[in-house]
Amino acid sequence: MSTQTSDQTDTDARRGIAPTAPRRGAAPRQGRPAAGFLAPFAVLYLLFVIGPALYGLVLSFTDASLVKPGLNGSAGFGNYAEALSSSDFWSSLWHTLWFTILTTPPLVILGFVLALLANRVARGRWFFRLAFFAPYILPSAVVALIWMWLYTPALGLLDTALTKVGMTAPSWLGDAAWAMPSLAITTVWWTLGFNFVLYLAGLQEIPRDLYEAAAMDGAGPWQQVRRITIPMLGRTTTLVAVLQVIASLKVFDQMYLMTGGGPNFATRSILQLVYDEGFTNYRVGYAAAVSMLFFLVVLAVSAVWFTLVRRQERVV
Amino acid sequence: MTRNLSRRQLLAVAGLGATAALTGCSTVAGGLTTSRDTGTLDFWNLFGGGDGVRMQQMLDGFRAEHTDIELAAVTLAWGNPYYTKLSLATLGDRPPEVAISHLTRMKNLVRASLLEELRPDDLARHGMTPDKFNQRAWEAALVDGKAYCIPIDTHPFVMFYNTDICQQAGLLDSAGKLTPFDSEAAFTDAMRKAKEVTGGSGGALAFTSETATPWRMFQSFYSQLGGQMLAEDGTKVVIDDAKATRVLAFMQSLTRDGLFPNPIDYQGSIAMFANGQTAFLFQGEWEITTFQTAKMPFSMTLFPNVFGGSNYAVQADSHTFVLPRQPSRDAARLDRSLTFIRSMLDQSKTWTEGGHVPLWLPFAESGDYAQMSPQSNYASAADGAAYDAEGWYSGSGSNFEIITGSAIGDVLSGAATPQQAIAQMRGNLEQLAGTPSPL
Repeated sequence: MSTQTSDQTDTDARRGIAPTAPRRGAAPRQGRPAAGFLAPFAVLYLLFVIGPALYGLVLSFTDASLVKPGLNGSAGFGNYAEALSSSDFWSSLWHTLWFTILTTPPLVILGFVLALLANRVARGRWFFRLAFFAPYILPSAVVALIWMWLYTPALGLLDTALTKVGMTAPSWLGDAAWAMPSLAITTVWWTLGFNFVLYLAGLQEIPRDLYEAAAMDGAGPWQQVRRITIPMLGRTTTLVAVLQVIASLKVFDQMYLMTGGGPNFATRSILQLVYDEGFTNYRVGYAAAVSMLFFLVVLAVSAVWFTLVRRQERVV
Repeated sequence: MTRNLSRRQLLAVAGLGATAALTGCSTVAGGLTTSRDTGTLDFWNLFGGGDGVRMQQMLDGFRAEHTDIELAAVTLAWGNPYYTKLSLATLGDRPPEVAISHLTRMKNLVRASLLEELRPDDLARHGMTPDKFNQRAWEAALVDGKAYCIPIDTHPFVMFYNTDICQQAGLLDSAGKLTPFDSEAAFTDAMRKAKEVTGGSGGALAFTSETATPWRMFQSFYSQLGGQMLAEDGTKVVIDDAKATRVLAFMQSLTRDGLFPNPIDYQGSIAMFANGQTAFLFQGEWEITTFQTAKMPFSMTLFPNVFGGSNYAVQADSHTFVLPRQPSRDAARLDRSLTFIRSMLDQSKTWTEGGHVPLWLPFAESGDYAQMSPQSNYASAADGAAYDAEGWYSGSGSNFEIITGSAIGDVLSGAATPQQAIAQMRGNLEQLAGTPSPL
């Protein structure tokens, strides 16, 4: 840390010791051991991430089929043309973006609100931490099962509860207008815990005296939240938001398990389209092209984050 | 005075530990590379409904009779998930020894070179010669004159009815059998009478989060009118607008007039019928075990011949046993698999108790089957079976059924008009028809 080295040089100066000049050859001399330590990871990364990605790029220009040997002939840009002109591709991309829009604001805001509330609790904070984080550790199949039973028409818990209050429940997973919001509610319940924990940690790093000083100057609780808490949590919010957006773009489990992409493909996400086309329809060449286009979308989102973080680093 | 652990010592210990672990791993690596001739018979199926119970009984029967063969049976989710897993397992050289396949999907699996051919001499050695099977089904299952599967049943779409409610509604004749509905008016009239008795619905047809059931009812009515969906091996979409509109309008009137519940999913329709909230249920015959377990008064009959007149047709498919392509030839494994299949055929009685129409003639032609009620009520459905059209994207639980079933479901829920649904079906199917086959 910058403070420690400056202390060291101050101490050296007081003792009359000349500060040691940094050795010129220090950095390169560390090169070979460093490369040696990085080698195992680099090999695995090449084998399991870079290699397959490049293979996928090659596949996207072919007519490859799972059940036919080899690359089955070149398709040029045909797969990309088919994807870009296919209504299935654009609608599943839209479904993915719509899912991201539906889940990211609630997950960020609710996570922050709950962390704020949990932070105020003096005793028993462990209980709220456990309660809000517990769903996050469940596997997706368990979450899907629980919520499919909750959403069952006429017999499910939600339907019976709403009917008791006198309201008619919508067809949660069977109505095209309600299916995606229902999946969004499930996802918020499931993954809220992660953002909650990140925010809680961020809240506890804010120094208490800031609040005390503000209170002495006459700031009310809402003003304290608006002027102190939220700005101090800026880095955490950026992190949470970007992690959330990227995770939402990659959504697959909830759709596949709960609606099968239905009703009538109304909830099919882009990754499910890749799965359906590549593995169920055997058309891996086309599926690879779709996944490459999706990669560009995620790259764009990551570029936005990169510039955001860069700007924040520079300000600090 | 303790000496701290130096880095060199730590690395030395870690190296020894890693070597020890790797020697243990060699057995794992060995298991991964050598062929899996463990003597276990892996059997994959997709029977989760009422007939799943019967299949478990048959598997137990096999285990009791053949204690030397270790049977590992796995039930997977029905539809595309099952066939995707079966295909990928076969492509990855880790297939089960025996698997179930619908007849309509078996042909696509053959074209994808994923199935072993069943040679006549191997079959004859186990007594499974062509003359022992229902001829129509056996011929339909051949691909280029070669056998790739062993059919065990035909499972048509049928009509369940609550005998008590129908008695009260005056729908049973003097012998206690349901008077058949042979016109649209007769059908809706019966539903209306039943609805008056139940106070809820007349009949139930699952269509929420469910695509196979609405497709099956549509296909039955549409085939009764003589309509076709696909032609030329699935490369052409030949939906007859007039016939399809007539059928869809009729189906829409059932939910619109409150005779059928809306919305209703698969399990909900089963529950409604079991609880007597509806008098009729339109579903596959495999749910018979569910209602027998619920101990309710019911019977089953042929799906109504509303549009067919003298050309009765009903949607049906057949279950077959297939041998996925194995990575290596092994005569002992082949014999174990065929022994297993023969054992299943010999237990056709249990399977028929699960509601299916048997194709194994030693049982189908016996007096036992003719006496089974209500299973023998709809035996003639096998002759009027309208299988799904052939195409690389077609078959039981395939994208074809998802596309058509979703559109028909929208008509039933009131979200689409018949014209919109037909346009949607045609558009989506033409996209698939125009895509070159990946097989």
